[in-house]
Amino acid sequence: MSADFRNIARAVAWRSVHNFLTNKALLIPALIFPLFFFASFAGGLSAVSNVPGFDFPTGYTAFQYVFVLMQSAAFGGVFTGFGIARDFESGFGRRYLLAATDRRGIIAGYGIAALLRAFVTWAVLTAVALVAGMQIDGSPIDLVGMYTLAILVNITATLWAAGVALRVRSIQGGPLMQLPIFLILFVAPVYVPLSLLSGWIHAVASVNPVTALLEAGRGFISGEPTVIGLAFALGIILPILFALWSRGGLRRAEAAG
Amino acid sequence: MTHELGTQVGQLARRSVIRTLRQPAQIVPSLIFPLFLLAVNSGGLKSVTNLPGFPTDSYLTFALAITFMQGALFSVINSGTDLARDIETGFLNRMALTPLRGSALLSGLLAGSLLLGLMQALAYLIIGLAFGAELVAGVGGFFVIIALSVSVTVAFGTIGMFAALRTGSGEAVQGLFPVFFVFLFLSSMALPLNLIQTDWFHTVASINPVSYLLQAFRSLLIEGWEPSKIALGFGIALGIGTLGMLAASSALKSRLVRT
Repeated sequence: MSADFRNIARAVAWRSVHNFLTNKALLIPALIFPLFFFASFAGGLSAVSNVPGFDFPTGYTAFQYVFVLMQSAAFGGVFTGFGIARDFESGFGRRYLLAATDRRGIIAGYGIAALLRAFVTWAVLTAVALVAGMQIDGSPIDLVGMYTLAILVNITATLWAAGVALRVRSIQGGPLMQLPIFLILFVAPVYVPLSLLSGWIHAVASVNPVTALLEAGRGFISGEPTVIGLAFALGIILPILFALWSRGGLRRAEAAG
Repeated sequence: MTHELGTQVGQLARRSVIRTLRQPAQIVPSLIFPLFLLAVNSGGLKSVTNLPGFPTDSYLTFALAITFMQGALFSVINSGTDLARDIETGFLNRMALTPLRGSALLSGLLAGSLLLGLMQALAYLIIGLAFGAELVAGVGGFFVIIALSVSVTVAFGTIGMFAALRTGSGEAVQGLFPVFFVFLFLSSMALPLNLIQTDWFHTVASINPVSYLLQAFRSLLIEGWEPSKIALGFGIALGIGTLGMLAASSALKSRLVRT
């Protein structure tokens, strides 16, 4: 990794994080939405843990915490994609392209910013979850595993959204970044474990990569790790694939001038 | 209503309806998104029908009521965005130079919401029934659900108009969507009130009018004819519509003074 790459990544990340932390219109939704989903799922649906066959002794709050953690990781990446699109729409992105000697650093910078945004959101979400009485049965190492998976989800989503944003270069590409993530998240075992799903949603959730990530995350928080190999394999393969996707987007943006 | 007022409302209603029909970007998401969530939730939460006290063995039937509320939320955004665009493009300023009455402007603009509400309600109900949802109240219940859905959509549309007149910005109106989603999520959307175990959530859901709107739809779908629940639903829609209209009228006066 060259010094140019590092400098560019740092500069882009600093600007994005500064914008995020100083602009209430960006900061508040990023904090409120995960809390809101967490409150409505963990609070409103707590009776779901009484459904026959629901076996998650750590409790429904922890069960939903993992989903909201992964969801906020993914949407942190998507919202960073919105920022990329906005930068290119306003012409700032083109100035980045002109100034950067190693343009891969631009994507890396946005990626670092997305991760730092996610850390802020997770800190607030975790604090609220603990105040709400969330039980954690996993060991510290298990929790490192869970948060590592969330980081990998954040990186994947950022690279996906960056690829779209760099191709479309307009905030009008927002739905294209957001909808696939939304769809893939909600056709996973969101409310109940996979074993309690039936019909078409069971069939879809069984092959949905998010299912493995959720099951592994829930296994970590309950201290009974499961499908770790598959989850980490996905967590490594998907960022590599979407890095190629975002690199292609960068080439498109470069070609567009 | 005088002939003049009728003409004014008619012209603006025609414009509003045509504008709605010419914007598939407004119609399609408001049909697709609630149906997608219906499909996901009815599959994902099917097992909760095994909980003792759950009112039906079909979660699809239970969740079908949510689509009408989600459709109404889209009405907030669509009616508000349309009016905000009128403000941003100067259309409202031009209207201010004519003898057009404020009430005519607001009523006419709601025609688009009414049409969209009708299209949404028919689509949700027909598709829901086609996929196996029950309608215990029968054919009469079908029409009452459509009427209630349109009433709720129009009522929520007045809130969108108020927001547009207050802010004059389509972006600000769009930003309201998540706020209204909060009301939907903090209600008896996913479980009936008696099965919500978390105390604070139960309290919030119990005072949230959305819970009673959902209850009105569900009473027709699951229980049959429950006049008190249906009347409460229509009453809440009327109340929201009246308050929204009063607020929008007041905001319109302020905006025209500023103009």
